[in-house]
Amino acid sequence: MKNLRSNLPGSRTLAAALMASGALLAPAAATAQEDETTITAVMHSGLRVLDPVITTAHITRNHGYMIYDVLTAADENFEPQPQMADWEVSEDELTYTFTLRDGLMFHDGAPVTGADVVASLERWGERDSGGQMIFDVTESLEAPDDKTIVWTLSEPFGPLMDVISKQSAVPPFIMPVRVAETSADETITEYVGSGPFVFNEEEYEPGVSVTYEKFDDYVPREEEASWMAGGKNVNVDRVVWTTMPDNLTAINALAAGEIDYIEQLQIDLMPILESAPDVVVETRDPLGYVTIGRPNFLHPPFDNKLVRQAALAALGQEEMLATMQGDPEYYNVCGAIFGCSTPLGDESGSDIVTEGPNPERSKELLEEAGYDGTPIVVMAPTDVVSLVNQPVVAAQALREGGFEVDLQSMDWQSVVQRRAQQAPIGEGGWNMFFTNWMVPEISDPLINVMVNGRGDDAWFGWPTDPEIEEMRAEFVAAKTPEEQKEIAVRMQEHVMDNVNYIMMGEYVIPQARRDNIQNMIQSPVPVFWNVTKEAE
Amino acid sequence: MFVYILKRLLATIPVLLIVAIFVFLLLRLTPGDPAAILAGDAATPAQLERIRDRLGLNDPLHIQFVTWFGQMLKGDLGTSLISNTDVLDMVRDRLGPTINIAVMTIIISVALAVPMGVIAAWRHRTWIDFAVMSFSVLGFSVPVFVIGYILIQVFAIELRWVPVQGYASPSDGIGAFFSRAILPSLTLATIYVALIARMTRASMLEVLGEDYVRTARAKGVRENVVLFRHALRNAAVPILTIIGTGFALLISGVVVTESVFNIPGIGRLTVDAILARDYPVIQAMILLTAGIYVMVNLIVDVSYSFFDPRIRY
Repeated sequence: MKNLRSNLPGSRTLAAALMASGALLAPAAATAQEDETTITAVMHSGLRVLDPVITTAHITRNHGYMIYDVLTAADENFEPQPQMADWEVSEDELTYTFTLRDGLMFHDGAPVTGADVVASLERWGERDSGGQMIFDVTESLEAPDDKTIVWTLSEPFGPLMDVISKQSAVPPFIMPVRVAETSADETITEYVGSGPFVFNEEEYEPGVSVTYEKFDDYVPREEEASWMAGGKNVNVDRVVWTTMPDNLTAINALAAGEIDYIEQLQIDLMPILESAPDVVVETRDPLGYVTIGRPNFLHPPFDNKLVRQAALAALGQEEMLATMQGDPEYYNVCGAIFGCSTPLGDESGSDIVTEGPNPERSKELLEEAGYDGTPIVVMAPTDVVSLVNQPVVAAQALREGGFEVDLQSMDWQSVVQRRAQQAPIGEGGWNMFFTNWMVPEISDPLINVMVNGRGDDAWFGWPTDPEIEEMRAEFVAAKTPEEQKEIAVRMQEHVMDNVNYIMMGEYVIPQARRDNIQNMIQSPVPVFWNVTKEAE
Repeated sequence: MFVYILKRLLATIPVLLIVAIFVFLLLRLTPGDPAAILAGDAATPAQLERIRDRLGLNDPLHIQFVTWFGQMLKGDLGTSLISNTDVLDMVRDRLGPTINIAVMTIIISVALAVPMGVIAAWRHRTWIDFAVMSFSVLGFSVPVFVIGYILIQVFAIELRWVPVQGYASPSDGIGAFFSRAILPSLTLATIYVALIARMTRASMLEVLGEDYVRTARAKGVRENVVLFRHALRNAAVPILTIIGTGFALLISGVVVTESVFNIPGIGRLTVDAILARDYPVIQAMILLTAGIYVMVNLIVDVSYSFFDPRIRY
């Protein structure tokens, strides 16, 4: 215990306080980087996990794009484009050969080699659901020389390039082989990439601030930047991400010129910025987010399709979105399970929810199903602003549609733990919860975890749905975009009938920047390449 | 005195031990899963299970406790489950801003509140007394974040005298530190000024009615000497208690003020850790808070004897 006390800073509180007070008299230290161009950005969340493969957290993915590069990347048309490598596909579609471009270098000065790519892809393949499917049909993944990677499959996998080029949830970032050899269930401890920015480990404070410096040896592609593809030209010396838990503080700081950028603005606070002359408010991510409700297929009453259909009828997107966002400029009634602005997006069969609510239809379906009035447990997180409204609005709509609802408030962590419980309702189970996804995270059947129908191996809610699994397999085997689209439309109709999840619409979150911050590319990921900062 | 201090220090051992066991068990009984926070929303149950194994969260409770407690005895607070960084480093980084703001707050509070309380008692039932009491009620009643926003609006946005937010260490320069610390300190001081002024007034009113004060006045001692040397010194014990408790409260986390002014202190660290169920960080923070309370109480108790020679240990 003595050791413990002597190691706790608190045991010398007074001394520390006096020292701190004494330090007030210390001469002012020179502030660094006065001549450098620094962008100070308030991000949507603090960066705490530095491994972009172990987590799907958006802030960590964004961090990944700062310091790592990817083999190939989807452009604004969802088309895979070369990034670190060009590729060729054999005629039998079983062999993909990637060739690394010249000039690729890690931040420690070592060249990027095929071995680094192979190790990185293998680690990614253990974590990413799309990656797992590719590795299920992988015969070999090898680097015959420093520049070449050969991926050989046992059977064709049509969407391979789409999967490895995706920008969410876990993109295959390329790391040095020594880092990529870390188990996929363990976080990496060395943060060396070959991307356009270098992570400044000394200045990193988890959850508070993170600093990136321009990587002078990065060789950008010559093409124009388009989402995650194209030339990543860095025009500033440093980018500092800082966390501000209070959006009002961030807004005041932006108006006062203390920061340059706010990634996500709270819509009800936007009027404050209207009178700020040097601030631009805009939507950078054209796709935005979806909000969804997920029923639990394991237990009554949602083990009955008719009851799920009743819930679909009882809910209405307009009410939900208006409560969440307020301003119609920032939401979009949309019934497409793969998103309305994506290549696979289709709204077939969604009228019931896009034109809802229809409580009478809900009551009819409940009667037909023989619903006995057992309350359904809807989990309502109280500490995540973007998820607070949905359960409350849904509970009322479901009550009006004939359901008995037990709305249970809890923090998000409790939702996260409880939604993993398969136990019956009386033993800690649940019937419905709501969550949000970025549109690219639900934009195709391999990425969208809610259309997984593998029972216990599916996402929370655990639908056993052989029909949708069959369609997913067909999607993998599809040879053309037209075939893929046709399958996606069938899946859309199936989900609207079977109610694997309830699409509650799309919304966007505006950003704000000082007007001397320019040339930000439109992108679902808030990237800092191409951005310029003029003197004010 | 030395023996007394030693005994009190030894008494902290069982206190911290009980707190450690209680916190450990409470956290494990609370719903939540750090592995789910770490892995994100799309992780499958099998992936979560493997991460739990790696983090040791699937070990039996007694094994987890022994491992953690063994580390603690070696002075190792463990590693954050979420950020994979050393908890001691995290606490050390966050303690500086909190202590500096707390010290500044207490200095401002004492400098304003004690004279206010003394004068209010001296001019009992006059407009001065009424004004001090009114301020106290206001200080208690207005939520701290409202005061913070008002100060930001006036001094940072309208007058542009100080920045809106942020923290600079004193080593970055005295000007930078003061300009960023003054508004949060004033915000926090409002409630402490109210509290200490009320306590000082009440305590002084009691003492000013004592015979020795009347005697001092009868001997022709100057009124300021009567008030500050004779009366205040004897009224100091309850005031010191309030100041000590207030300081401990400030150190143990002022989350709202830290959020409003964007100060990376230990209040935010604790709340973030609780929301993420980052067990090692929560455990460290609660033990630290318990330790601070024990130490501050000890210092306050010992300081009584400097003001009141009748108190002996």
